[in-house]
Amino acid sequence: MSAVASAGTSLAAPVARSPGYWSGVLRRLSRDKVAMVALVIILAIVLMAIFAPYLAPADPAKGSMLRRLRPIGTPNYPLGADELGRDMLSRLIYGARLSLIMGVTPVPIAFVIGGALGIIAGFAGGVVNTLIMRTIDVFYAFPSVLLAVALSGALGAGLGNALVSLTLVFIPPIARVAESVTTQVRGLDYIDAARASGAGALTIIRVHVLGNVLGPIFVYATSLVSVSMILASGLSFLGLGVRPPEPEWGLMLNTLRTAIYTQPLVAALPGLMIFITSVSFNMLSDGLRTAMEVK
Amino acid sequence: MTNAVEIENLVVEFTGGSRPVRALDGISLSLKQGEVLALLGESGSGKSVTLRSLLRLHNPKRSRTSGKVTVSGRDVNALDADALADLRGGVVSMVFQEPMLALDPVYTVGEQIAEAVVRHEGVSKAEARARALALFERVRIPSPERRLDAYPHEMSGGMRQRAMIALALACKPSVLLADEPTTALDATVQIQILLLLRELQREFGLSIIFVTHDIGVAVEIADRVAVMYAGRIVETGPVAALLHDARHPYTRGLLASRVERVARGERLETIPGSPPDLAALPPGCAFGPRCSRATSACQTTPPELMVDGQGRAVACFNAMTPAE
Amino acid sequence: MSAFPATEDRGGPAQPLLTVRDLVKHFPVRGKGWLGKRAVVRAVDGVSFDILKGETLGIVGESGCGKSTTARLLMHLIGPDSGEMVFDGESVGDTLALSAYRRQVQMVFQDSYASLNPRLTIEDSIAFAPKVHGVPAATARARAHDLLHRVGLEPGRFAGRYPHELSGGQRQRVNIARALALEPRLVILDEAVSALDKSVEAQVLNLLQDLKRDFGLTYVFISHDLNVVRYMVDRVMVMYLGKVAEIGEGEAVFSAPAHPYTSALLASMPTMDPTRRIGEAPLSGDPPNPIDPPPGCRFHTRCRFAEAVCSTVDPALAVAGAEHRAACLMLAPGSGHGRAPAAELAA
Repeated sequence: MSAVASAGTSLAAPVARSPGYWSGVLRRLSRDKVAMVALVIILAIVLMAIFAPYLAPADPAKGSMLRRLRPIGTPNYPLGADELGRDMLSRLIYGARLSLIMGVTPVPIAFVIGGALGIIAGFAGGVVNTLIMRTIDVFYAFPSVLLAVALSGALGAGLGNALVSLTLVFIPPIARVAESVTTQVRGLDYIDAARASGAGALTIIRVHVLGNVLGPIFVYATSLVSVSMILASGLSFLGLGVRPPEPEWGLMLNTLRTAIYTQPLVAALPGLMIFITSVSFNMLSDGLRTAMEVK
Repeated sequence: MTNAVEIENLVVEFTGGSRPVRALDGISLSLKQGEVLALLGESGSGKSVTLRSLLRLHNPKRSRTSGKVTVSGRDVNALDADALADLRGGVVSMVFQEPMLALDPVYTVGEQIAEAVVRHEGVSKAEARARALALFERVRIPSPERRLDAYPHEMSGGMRQRAMIALALACKPSVLLADEPTTALDATVQIQILLLLRELQREFGLSIIFVTHDIGVAVEIADRVAVMYAGRIVETGPVAALLHDARHPYTRGLLASRVERVARGERLETIPGSPPDLAALPPGCAFGPRCSRATSACQTTPPELMVDGQGRAVACFNAMTPAE
Repeated sequence: MSAFPATEDRGGPAQPLLTVRDLVKHFPVRGKGWLGKRAVVRAVDGVSFDILKGETLGIVGESGCGKSTTARLLMHLIGPDSGEMVFDGESVGDTLALSAYRRQVQMVFQDSYASLNPRLTIEDSIAFAPKVHGVPAATARARAHDLLHRVGLEPGRFAGRYPHELSGGQRQRVNIARALALEPRLVILDEAVSALDKSVEAQVLNLLQDLKRDFGLTYVFISHDLNVVRYMVDRVMVMYLGKVAEIGEGEAVFSAPAHPYTSALLASMPTMDPTRRIGEAPLSGDPPNPIDPPPGCRFHTRCRFAEAVCSTVDPALAVAGAEHRAACLMLAPGSGHGRAPAAELAA
């Protein structure tokens, strides 16, 4: 073993480094035109939400009974006015804030919790797996819309409760995906090789499992953002999310529904925003899936 | 008599990936009626691609093919969909390495054979089943009556391969293509399948192209061997001639590196390096970078396959002589 | 200056490095139908053998014979149902802790791709095990580079690469380097060259022999390729349906096989002579399913010497020559088989 041991100082040789997996993902993603367009749209919406006070031409809460339901193109009301005479453009810009918070936040939280549960279940196998996965199956048995509505209803209306119920809705599907990819990876020889080297479960998960399962779980989670956006809007629409007069696209859709015959275009605007955002998230997720070479 | 198979300057390029991969780089080959030819080569040498080209199995959207492939007098690349369907199974059929993937898991093996017979010959179901039974007896499946009603997963590996052979022969093809049919099998089962194929070949006068990476298997089954390397045929000849007097340095190297040739513990002769990347082939001979006889000519132009008149051919500028 | 506490020889050269006694591993499987009763695969069913210091022990057999399960049991990747393993005089899991045992026994798998983490660079894969055992990162990296050099891969070119950028032969070299990173005494090579192209296989076999000599290793060489086994091993063990059929010096077993199964296995090998091709298959049918192995001698259903007694009596290993044993009633004196030597001759 002398040759091995004496090599302690021969570190000088420069090593040719291959670009890592993630730089490859970025490169492939940047070549995907559709995903890039979607990313630009999402960034624009996010920037719009952040800088709403500077972008919005008017106060989103200030209404005028005299100017209710103005059509698109009215002077000072480029996108019309809503049923209380508030400037639609400003409300849509401000609405991005709550809509994004409600639509996006549940997914990363569910990603962490569901991912952890699934990885533990998949790696441990046996009784632990049965315990975790069967519990999750109970939640999985309900359609997600129904579950979200039921949970929100039980917890009571409000932003916080809506977030909690949406998170709970997304934990089971993410945990399921996490469990199945982890089970797959656990059966591979390199995990056996790591076990044979005497490494503990946590080390193996950290070094060998996470790097190979987080990608697929992440891709799946991003595909849920669009669903989450729609569910969040749905909760608000039903009055289970944000309460008036806060501007939120789903809620706006609800309050404007009475105007669907008088100002259909104006009434459709919040829906259009939800649609654009949700589709963009979906496109970006598809692009990520391809770029990350997840099957 | 015309040749059973004639391939002229076949080039197949796969274009699905980021860089086009030249899987076959201009191969020419002929198979006489009733002849058994082994295509011998390592992974990526193009042996399976050649086989699939004979049935036009490559997806035209992800590959480019040029050259001429003639099977029993039919130009395979010019056939319309109906004629191609007739060709597949009726004239040429194929036995795969993994019958589990080639057989349909939701139908019994008997149903699949009978279905093929009905489709190609339009006979009654009962007649087709009788044919399937006869085939099962022919490929020596014990209790054939019962096994006809078995699903593929209910059979053992060797039995499945026999069933696969029965299916391949169901419509009396004249050419049988075998893609490593014994590679996944145990040694004691492999020899049974090889003997069965030899027997069926004699009985039906089949022409067989047998793809393998194992010289030993090629010797057991083939009359003639074509050695492939990086999408080209580098040497062909009768089995015995090739064994005793290989002309191409690659064939020589393969034979020399066999463990049977040296005593236990002695160093093995080896071919240095590893097979080339098909997406980045060198301009000259693909074997050049691993070849001890390579000269400057080898680095610029790939050598053509030169026929010597005694059924031998070799593609090498510095081919070896029997004395070496 | 090894990075680890020395794993010195304890019992001297005569003491086997690993003694395996009555190893049993059954796997439960579901029987036919969805309420079918539980069946068991008798993957390894009472296997005993020694691995001598510095030797290469070959294990051969067909699918379902239990050779891969044996490898995993030796590695302790799965626990045995019963049986004992003694590593250089110390009982594994008893006086010798599992972690200490694992450091001294490493494995190279068949699938060179599946046995490397695709997200780790080559040097990280090799350095992983030493780091687990507390070797500082820089030292572990230096060791990885040195091992790469030893297995014929220039560290400057390969250390920073990912598995998918290497050829099969190069990846298998990495796997070998990884197995050596803990300075093991015993390396289990489970079909380690089977997936390689023939032109690469010879290179890796040469490498394995060099490493064995340089590092004083002991090998268990598992393969279905009898030619390669014959070339590589000192002693060989033939397995059939979870049991040892024959064990002995490689040359003795290959030139004068004592068990009919070994003979059949050897006779099934291609001849490499087109003028003397095999005319008749030595065995008919597939190996039986290890879920429901035949009673008595497990080989009797395919054996051409089988007599009535073979279906009732399970043969123990009997003497077939010096250090050469086979589990066949034809060798056991007074076994009742027509070809067995008479009982009094043995006494």
